[in-house]
Amino acid sequence: MTPSRRFLAHFYMALFVIYLMLPLVVMAGAAFNDSKLPTIVPWKGFTLDWFSALFADGRMWRAFLNSILVALAVVALAVPIGTAAAIVINAISGKWRATLYGFMVAPVLAPGLVIGISTVLFWNSLGNTVGSDFILFRPGLHLSTLGQVSFISAYVMLLVLARLQSFDPGLEEAALDLGASHAQVLRRILLPHLYPAMGASAAVAFFQSLENFNVTLFTRGGADTLTVYVFSKVRAGITPTINALAFLLICVTLVLALVYEMKRRRKARIEAERAAEARRAEAAML
Amino acid sequence: MENLIRRYGRGLTGIFVLLVGFWLLMLVILPNFAMFEQSFRPYLPVTEIGGPRDVYSLNNYAKFFDAPVEWSLFGITLMVPVHVLSFLQTIFYSALCTVIALILSYPLAFYLAKIASPQSLPTLLLLLFIPLWVSEALRAFAWYVILTFNGPLNQLLMWLGLIDQAIRWQQGVLTNFDAIVIVMVYCYVLFMLLPIYTSIQSLDTNQIEAAEDLGAPWWRTHLRVVIPHAKPGIASGCVMVFMLSAGSLLVPTVVGSTRANWFPQTIYTWFNDSQDWQTGAAYSMIFLLLCIVFVILMLRLFRVSLSDIAK
Repeated sequence: MTPSRRFLAHFYMALFVIYLMLPLVVMAGAAFNDSKLPTIVPWKGFTLDWFSALFADGRMWRAFLNSILVALAVVALAVPIGTAAAIVINAISGKWRATLYGFMVAPVLAPGLVIGISTVLFWNSLGNTVGSDFILFRPGLHLSTLGQVSFISAYVMLLVLARLQSFDPGLEEAALDLGASHAQVLRRILLPHLYPAMGASAAVAFFQSLENFNVTLFTRGGADTLTVYVFSKVRAGITPTINALAFLLICVTLVLALVYEMKRRRKARIEAERAAEARRAEAAML
Repeated sequence: MENLIRRYGRGLTGIFVLLVGFWLLMLVILPNFAMFEQSFRPYLPVTEIGGPRDVYSLNNYAKFFDAPVEWSLFGITLMVPVHVLSFLQTIFYSALCTVIALILSYPLAFYLAKIASPQSLPTLLLLLFIPLWVSEALRAFAWYVILTFNGPLNQLLMWLGLIDQAIRWQQGVLTNFDAIVIVMVYCYVLFMLLPIYTSIQSLDTNQIEAAEDLGAPWWRTHLRVVIPHAKPGIASGCVMVFMLSAGSLLVPTVVGSTRANWFPQTIYTWFNDSQDWQTGAAYSMIFLLLCIVFVILMLRLFRVSLSDIAK
């Protein structure tokens, strides 16, 4: 690769990062503009009013709380379901495996609005069939949870299944031979091996649920989650309180990213030191 | 199955099967069946459900072909049903978003996988991931701020002297869908980048060097060595971006012009404003069909299997 092409490649990368970041910077900047509209031009002076307006917005906080509750419920349902699905699909073989696997990954590819509509219609007609007007059968955040679980479980299944590939079933055989009960085999042998994947998938499930818009919009009934609230605000003509919210969320993201990056660097440095030491020891032995 | 019972006993195996059964039956299969069944029923007040007028028909699907509007294409004016038009435009502009995202992502994916130094790579990936963590609603809203009539983009272009008057970006310049395409590419480009990056990464760098040593120009190296290897990643990225674009309700509503009607918006109108869930179900059946056809087409085109894509 010629130096000029290499330079072009670096330049393109830098341009792309700017392209990704600049809109976020503009949006966050508008949170501090003393203007009734969310914009950075014309700049009418620095203000923190939109942050106080944000903290006074009760509906926003309720929506935020709803988002967290739904996300926790999704984690509580999707992680056990996805893990069980991975164990089952890993244990069976033959022609049924492909069919079952197809049904399990299909929700990943299904569009959110189809999942949302089908969930509402199903529980609603189930309610009509049994002739009950019980709250479970009407739109609400519980249906949002179920709709989200239907595709987030598939993500969990894929993550846990990948981890299962490195599991040695001989360990379970050994435990059984040594007189362990079935529950002990699961709790002491299999699950500890899967915990990293289950933890990662719990995090994925939580953030997928917070992000979710399409499924929630069709199933929520009258309740708000944070994304739906932002959406309805934008539709109804907005004040920069949304920008203030965006600024705070971007800050949280940046702090998390920074913590992660620092941890990674420290780990990399320790590993490099260890490798250097090993090399020195090797050289000394020769 | 015997294998499961032998290792975890009947009780635990029963729980596993129950969990999987609940998921696939109650959350996946039956809801889709309910949508299919409801799409053939008429929209009736609650008291008439199950009554003599509650019979199966294709009326909901027929609505798709109602209300023709004029549509000119290459100077020829056609009469096209308004919802069919919205459907076709959604397909066309989603495909456009997919192509733009592919062109933007491929060089970058190659850069990340083969050119960037291994030390800086994790930091670069983290930088790219940040917008992905900020929710889609806010990413679309960021562009709403940029594209507004008195917004920074118009001010910048006027300051540079490129335009004399502010442009109404949201109403579109070339087509009604300009703003939608711009913002969708921004929102979904990372879903193209990451799978392509993963697939190029697994390519042995020696193969690229061998091609270069044997005198292949850079474009032929890509055409014959890198792209064939990256095919599953490209297919998976294309499926992701197309499905996300075609299924997006957020972006068209936040930045779309009043003249641009995205198909999910049509479905939402039936479902929410008209409260006609049955017609909404029929329309989302049509939409689901489109998605299935598109996935099958991509699998055929790139000769990859479903399990390659679902990664």
